[in-house]
Amino acid sequence: MVDVPSDVLAGIPPAEVGEVDLYHPRSWWTRYVFSQDAKIIAVQYAITAMAIGMVALVLSWLMRLQLGFPGTFSFIDPSQYLQFITMHGMIMVIYLLTALFLGGFGNYLIPLMVGARDMVFPYANMLSYWIYLLAVLVLVATFFVPGGPTGAGWTLYPPQAILSGSPGQEAGIIMMLVSLILFIIGFTMGGLNYVVTVLQGRTRGMTLMRLPLTVWGIFTATVMALLAFPALFVASVMMLFDRLLGTSFFMPTLVEMGQLGKYGGGSPLLFQHLFWFFGHPEVYIVALPAFGIVSDLISTHARKNIFGYRMMVWAIVGIGAMSFVVWAHHMYVSGMNPKFGFFFATTTLIIAIPTAIKVYNWILTLWRGDIHLTVPMLFALAFIITFVNGGLTGLFLGNVVVDVPLSDTMFVVAHFHMVMGVAPIMVVFGAIYHWYPKVTGRMLNETMGRFHFWVTFLGAYAIFFPMHYLGLLGVPRRYHDIGGTAFVPASAHDLNAFMSIAALIVGFAQLVFVFNMIRSLSKGEDAGGNPWNATTLEWQTPQTPPAHGNWGKELPVVYRWAYDYSVPGAARDFIPQNEPPASSTPKGAHP
Amino acid sequence: MTETVLTNIEKRRTTTVGWQGIVADWSSDQRAFKNVSWGKAMMWIFLLSDTFIFGCFLLSYMTARMSTTVPWPNPSEVFALTIAGQHIPLILIAIMTFVLISSSGTMAMAVNFGYRHDRRKTAILMLVTAAFGATFVGMQAFEWTKLIMEGVRPWENPWGAEQFGSCFFMITGFHGTHVTIGVIFLIIIARKVWRGDFETGRRGFFTSRKGNYEIVEITGLYWHFVDLVWVFIFAFFYLW
Repeated sequence: MVDVPSDVLAGIPPAEVGEVDLYHPRSWWTRYVFSQDAKIIAVQYAITAMAIGMVALVLSWLMRLQLGFPGTFSFIDPSQYLQFITMHGMIMVIYLLTALFLGGFGNYLIPLMVGARDMVFPYANMLSYWIYLLAVLVLVATFFVPGGPTGAGWTLYPPQAILSGSPGQEAGIIMMLVSLILFIIGFTMGGLNYVVTVLQGRTRGMTLMRLPLTVWGIFTATVMALLAFPALFVASVMMLFDRLLGTSFFMPTLVEMGQLGKYGGGSPLLFQHLFWFFGHPEVYIVALPAFGIVSDLISTHARKNIFGYRMMVWAIVGIGAMSFVVWAHHMYVSGMNPKFGFFFATTTLIIAIPTAIKVYNWILTLWRGDIHLTVPMLFALAFIITFVNGGLTGLFLGNVVVDVPLSDTMFVVAHFHMVMGVAPIMVVFGAIYHWYPKVTGRMLNETMGRFHFWVTFLGAYAIFFPMHYLGLLGVPRRYHDIGGTAFVPASAHDLNAFMSIAALIVGFAQLVFVFNMIRSLSKGEDAGGNPWNATTLEWQTPQTPPAHGNWGKELPVVYRWAYDYSVPGAARDFIPQNEPPASSTPKGAHP
Repeated sequence: MTETVLTNIEKRRTTTVGWQGIVADWSSDQRAFKNVSWGKAMMWIFLLSDTFIFGCFLLSYMTARMSTTVPWPNPSEVFALTIAGQHIPLILIAIMTFVLISSSGTMAMAVNFGYRHDRRKTAILMLVTAAFGATFVGMQAFEWTKLIMEGVRPWENPWGAEQFGSCFFMITGFHGTHVTIGVIFLIIIARKVWRGDFETGRRGFFTSRKGNYEIVEITGLYWHFVDLVWVFIFAFFYLW
């Protein structure tokens, strides 16, 4: 690093754009309800997503009750069990995780972290939330229509999804597809905002290679979502036509109840390709924001710069690109051309390389760091453990010969819950404990946080770790009741009961978390502007919580990367991104 | 969008051109595309996303057409018209294509006059574009009516694979929806241009932001995209 110029602004280019024309709310309604402020929209997204997530949590309880104690709960019949599975999966993947990471954290953090006053199109951003809410309401309404919600499995595979005999065939499947179409429209409005804000709305001095990894993760995931959701959109529209108009895009000629059906000539495999062309990137749409956020949590709470920042960025971008060419590894047992399996197994294993790089870099960031075992840090560490666990089983399932026997067993359930259920949720919790002080100005209660962490982390392991073993035994997934089968020993049933009790406990522990969030709103400790001594811009706002327009009179100017922690010779163990280089700038600070 | 006031750009974009220029832009602060406003960037990214939608529709159609075991109706015959005793294959589609491509020409002229602040010519050319677009949709409605009269339905048709009707109505319907939305936007923007909103700094009804003549170009981007998509539909659906 060269010695410092007398004028700190030299080297920082002048502003390229004039001040932004912000929408200033004049009433309570436009301030808090139909708000165009990304911070309010973020909170709206987060609350809606968590509320619908609680529904999915209750559904998982009902499933676990049935699996753990088959025959005990007469109110859960096989059709309902399938409906619970479907809605649980759909809600958790799309309406909770996607919406929370991109709509919630994306909206809150992107403008603050890149030093913008707001998203670039606040009005479209507001519409995005309201269409998302409409999609959620349509989804919830399926519980109350005749026939109930669809029970086709969250993958909605045709032909069974729209044939009589599948639960929810009457109205549930139609409303599910409509809800998905609405979600995609709403997401696109928000997604365009996030991408353009990161590309074109940064503050002076904020280069792409100075962005916190959180922004990189959310940005890449949003780009992927904008390219992957179209496939789901098209698949939903076509299946809606199959169901409503009687077209046969996905429906082959088939005999139903002894009657030749009205359909003919369609390809169920086409749906699977379209669905997984969306579905696999979707895994990374959820995972990449988690990767980004966890990098920032680890670096901040270990008081150490992230190891291999550039490598981390390129790994995120590489994973994002690669994830578009691995989709058919979900289809090894579908009857597609077996030669495809070779190609997709190869790409699947290749994508493990950038992922492994990220894991190594997190570990190396922790290495000899000044680790503060705060609640966010605990969750970040738990993420690494559960993610490595789920990632390793992913390597097994990525190979055709291993996947074929395991594909319809509990092993797959254990795998994807570890890698894209538990791991991202750990990051969600960590991120909420980390950023709640910025959103509300108050700290969450630490004791309750630790309790919540240990119960959730150990409990999640208690639920999903034995599930691997059940899968290896051959216990099938999606079954309402496995009954007395010779290859399933009696101990497996005991294990099932144990997992169900663990699931109940973990679920109840979330109430502690919810209580903590509500109580801390008024009773929490005052957080101050920067309780974690973090470097990124969102902690340097003049007010906490940040006011409308985020930055007061002057936009911040960025002089350094996001990870100047424990710089040798610096007065403090962190240097905020907007702190100008003083003449005494220590050696080792990142340019 | 006041942010489109581009200051100090020229000063920085003096020397670096070509690949080095791209690298310099992407490693700079504030914006990755130096002379691109927010609105234009958003439209380009939206169009990229929309490309994937049409791409999926067309790929699905091609899959259905290639894998069907019953014969696919011959488009040259299906879309032929008998005019003055002459049986002309694809004549209506040819006219529709001509109309839509002409509308791209008038749109490009509108963009040019917009940047010259020639309100009258801009508004007239945009309305002409909208009229071409409406003509296109009208002819599409005629084509749909004709096929429906001949017994083509999304679930069946008299000549062969039932996916013919489903793909036809779905793809042309989705494209026609895009054209219709484009026509509506053209009329709205033409009205704003005519009224002089972009001279007086009048604020948008919903967004409460001031606009400028760049919105004409952004509308144009959308319009040309819809036109381009039609070229692909024409090639893959009608000519194949």
